[in-house]
Amino acid sequence: MSTLFLAADLVSVFVRSVFIDNMIFAYFLGMCSYLAVSKNVKTALGLGVAVVFVLTITVPLNWLLLNKVLKEGALAWISPSLAKVDLSFLAFIMFIATIASMTQLVEMLVEKLSPELYGALGIFLPLIAVNCSILGGSLFMQERDYEFAEATVFGLGSGVGWMIAIVAIAAIRMRLRYSNVPAPLRGLGITFIITGLMGIAFMSFLGITL
Amino acid sequence: MSDVLVQSPVEKKPLLGKKERKLITDPLSDNNPVTIQVLGICSALAVTTQMKPTMVMALSVTAVVALSNLVISLMRNAIPPRIRIIVQLTVVSVLVILVDQILKAYMYDISKQLSVFVGLIITNCIVMGRLEAYAMGNKPFPSLLDGLGNGFGYGAVILTVAFFRELLGSGKLFGFKVIPDALYEAGYVNNGLMMIPAGALFVVACYIWVQRSFAKHLEEKE
Repeated sequence: MSTLFLAADLVSVFVRSVFIDNMIFAYFLGMCSYLAVSKNVKTALGLGVAVVFVLTITVPLNWLLLNKVLKEGALAWISPSLAKVDLSFLAFIMFIATIASMTQLVEMLVEKLSPELYGALGIFLPLIAVNCSILGGSLFMQERDYEFAEATVFGLGSGVGWMIAIVAIAAIRMRLRYSNVPAPLRGLGITFIITGLMGIAFMSFLGITL
Repeated sequence: MSDVLVQSPVEKKPLLGKKERKLITDPLSDNNPVTIQVLGICSALAVTTQMKPTMVMALSVTAVVALSNLVISLMRNAIPPRIRIIVQLTVVSVLVILVDQILKAYMYDISKQLSVFVGLIITNCIVMGRLEAYAMGNKPFPSLLDGLGNGFGYGAVILTVAFFRELLGSGKLFGFKVIPDALYEAGYVNNGLMMIPAGALFVVACYIWVQRSFAKHLEEKE
């Protein structure tokens, strides 16, 4: 019974993070690369996959770091005298260190496995380290007090939500080339407006109770 | 007497010369970090439902950009290029931790309202962008000015966005009612669109539209 309950809970976390609390449409996280790499569906998909991968690894890793090292009393497993140590003010710097090293790892993997994708992603692969959605994932995990399994699913879901958003906008922007947009709105302006409209569409998921 | 006259103009350079002033004013319009360089959009949109948190956010970002520019510029000859991103991130996160602790100590309500977005200053592309593009190759004082200028440019945009969102979305400014009750009785309603995330995107789009219609040279050619 309890496993069933847990599974239902995880599904709800996943659906929430993909559709309702979508990184782009609800929190605007990772907008920089979202705007810059969304001119072509193939590159957008590649970056999306990289983001999903990094988020799924870093959120549970940072959960472990937070709950086993940084939180007040978390160090009690080493020695009882450390039970009162509260290192949570170090959370930002530890999170970003984990993220930066994981990104380095992904970069090395992609370079080895798919040099073509590596060339296409170019500068944006190392920049995943400073993609707000990655750090945002870990910070939301901290703020919302997830369990370990929830945190993992949340990382995966946020990544998938981000990927859906960037692939969708890339597809729309490719079509947009043939339309007559007012000159001052071309490029950046119209992309903002389309993102806003997509955000309104995603708001319709708000009514779903899980 | 005579050696005062032959003193070269370089030594008598004023604290804020033409070049230095340009460092501060350029990011306000022609080289705005948000609308032209397209950096730091994430937090620009998320915190702008009200003026007060926006103001705090603008000041925090300005402080972090200016100080990290200064620190990295002082260290620029000692940083090995291969690990520069890690070094930059460490410096920035230390500064952000300081800002976060100060906000928690003196402005707890606003710090709660800004929630994760204070932490996200670390990954604000403006900070990293300025460090890479300016502080790594310039002297400390111009770097500090460049940081201040970009912080102000960012602040100008998010304050404008927040002004319209708060005014149209809840009829208030800085939490004070500005739209008279009589208007509400006459049938005026607050625009709910401004309060939802999508509203921010529309306001920024309009900002860019207006800015680019006045400055034709900024238009994108596709």
